Amino acid sequence: MGTTFPPFLLVHLLRTMVRIRIFEERTADLLLRGEIRCPTHLYIGQEAIATGVCAALDRSDYILGTHRSHGHFLAKGGSMRALMAEMFGKKTGCAYGRGGSMHLIAREVGFLGSVPMVAATIPIAVGSALASTLLEQGRVAVSFFGDGATEEGEFHESLNFAALWKLPVLFVCENNFYSTHMPLHARQPTQDLTRHALAHAIPGVAVDGNDVVAVYTAAHEAVQRARAGLGPTLLVCNTYRWRGHVGPHWDLDKNIRPQKEVEAWMARCPIHRLETALLQQGLLTPQERDTIYAQAVHEVEDAVAFARHSPFPDPVELPAHLFTDRKTP
Amino acid sequence: MRTLTYAEAIREAFAQMLATNPRLLVIGQGVTNPWYVGDSMRDLDKQFGTRRIIDPPVSEQGTNGIAIGAALAGMPTILIHPRMDFLLKGVEQIINQAANWCYVFGGQAGVPLVIRAIINRGGEQGAQHSQALQALFAHIPGLKVLMPATPYDAKGLLMASVQDGNPIVYIDDRWLYKERGPVPEEPYTVPIGKGIIRHEGQDVTLVALSYMVVEAQKALPLLEQQGISVELIDLRSVKPWDKELVLASVRKTGRLVVADSGWRTGGVSAEIVATVAEEAWAVLKAPPLRLALPDLPAPTSRTLEEAYYPRAAHIVDTVTRACGNAHR
Ligand SMILES: Cc1ncc(C[n+]2csc(CCOP(=O)(O)OP(=O)(O)O)c2C)c(N)n1
Repeated sequence: MGTTFPPFLLVHLLRTMVRIRIFEERTADLLLRGEIRCPTHLYIGQEAIATGVCAALDRSDYILGTHRSHGHFLAKGGSMRALMAEMFGKKTGCAYGRGGSMHLIAREVGFLGSVPMVAATIPIAVGSALASTLLEQGRVAVSFFGDGATEEGEFHESLNFAALWKLPVLFVCENNFYSTHMPLHARQPTQDLTRHALAHAIPGVAVDGNDVVAVYTAAHEAVQRARAGLGPTLLVCNTYRWRGHVGPHWDLDKNIRPQKEVEAWMARCPIHRLETALLQQGLLTPQERDTIYAQAVHEVEDAVAFARHSPFPDPVELPAHLFTDRKTP
Repeated sequence: MRTLTYAEAIREAFAQMLATNPRLLVIGQGVTNPWYVGDSMRDLDKQFGTRRIIDPPVSEQGTNGIAIGAALAGMPTILIHPRMDFLLKGVEQIINQAANWCYVFGGQAGVPLVIRAIINRGGEQGAQHSQALQALFAHIPGLKVLMPATPYDAKGLLMASVQDGNPIVYIDDRWLYKERGPVPEEPYTVPIGKGIIRHEGQDVTLVALSYMVVEAQKALPLLEQQGISVELIDLRSVKPWDKELVLASVRKTGRLVVADSGWRTGGVSAEIVATVAEEAWAVLKAPPLRLALPDLPAPTSRTLEEAYYPRAAHIVDTVTRACGNAHR
């Protein structure tokens, strides 16, 4: 970890990761209790990526996500209460109970949306960057997606167009080495995903996705490039999801992946890593650390209570909002 | 009023909207290509620049998503597929994303996107350059589907689509491009969801859409010679469609024929007939009849094309059949 980083930024990164982790652990628990029932893809283990990338963005910058986007939502500044309520299917959710875990939106902080179709939001992010460029707004767009998404045509079409137009896009591939049950080596001829950047003549940068400072540094550089009009970057963040593909379980009984592999990655926990470094360097006292955790627990419990006490949408609202009645200006 | 061709009317709508709305974006394969979209886009790129009239790489899925993203990020966008068939490569973005976006996010974000999909029938272009897919898109909640048949409607419906703020599939048929008609110079809109009576009559309601309106108009004098008075409705909007107008007409005439430019099974004609059967069964004097393309891909050979596409003569036959001997 570079000493050039202001301590407040490092503490912010730690706090964000802890908030996501505790939110996700609580979500797993609520799934087991049956209080949350929508298909839910947990982000545990990958927190450093959303955290590091979003810390390099402004509030007005755009991000688009996937089926696994709680971390992106929280890191970009979306309301935790609205996120939890959405998973409960409540009217106060970020999509008013229409979306569940896989359809998240927080336009007020530039989160334009996440949807479950693999790779679908990659060109949408490119389009938002195109609009930002044409409207001279200076906004950068980030597309978060998994390694599986790099197998879809839209990914390649999007890189080509963004490169051609030198658009301010950051393509963030969260390589957790699995697409549901399928390991990367069974899906692609080599494991180096940065090679996809080569074909479109854009920088392809691989980083340790469990090192939040490395992610932040790489993202920051890519964002600066984008803002300077130098075009897109493909950032491949190598990481691992601890839990199974979907739901609260670990998928260790299904012979999809070896327990040793999971343990090896858990030993590289991105939160533990930053926390230890901060404590060792004296940038954080154990007391301050405890406060961060206590505040996160408090925030999550507040969100759970809010979600529990919120009303469900009224069935009379079923036909509402198929179309907007806001006319094009 | 001056007259324009259908293609010129479309071009004028584009030019006027681009001139008055600096945020409007146009993206589509071939928009700078002289033969893909012909007169309907001529020189717009020169007039408005290739930053607003974008001719993208061959990548329909990507382009469709990019158009959605631009629309979500503040630029109402007209996406063009010079052949409707190409749109199929990017249909995921239209059906899963554009059509659902507003609803799943509780109305927080509309998608101001007009998808101009052009049908290119005949001319020995064959099965993959000719499909009239209005029924496919009309099936999808969250999309509106329009099929203007006249130059006046081509301009007015395009302008209405851009103003609407929602994803709209605007389908124009190349066979209409040379049709002439009155078109006001100033900008105007034609209401979405409203059909129009092109000819009043007493004996039978003939609902036609898109190019079939042209053939229906050719059929009218022939039917009149036989003493059959036809009420011709140009549907204009496939979804939402003008149920009230059609029902009112059928209540008057007691008979219904629907002439669609797409296929028969599961088609727009089936929807209209079913609705009339549900809601006006009691007034029907005869079974409603449908005229549509046979359930076959389009052949290329000109003799087969001749057999494939229904014309005025087929409309005459079908309407005569619907009227039986009872029309007098
Ligand atoms: C177009 C499409 N095909 C298949 C699926 C089913 N599916 C859901 S998640 C997923 C795996 C995606 O893997 P990856 O992109 O690496 O993301 P991760 O789950 O690892 O975060 C698949 C195949 C889907 N949602 N969308």
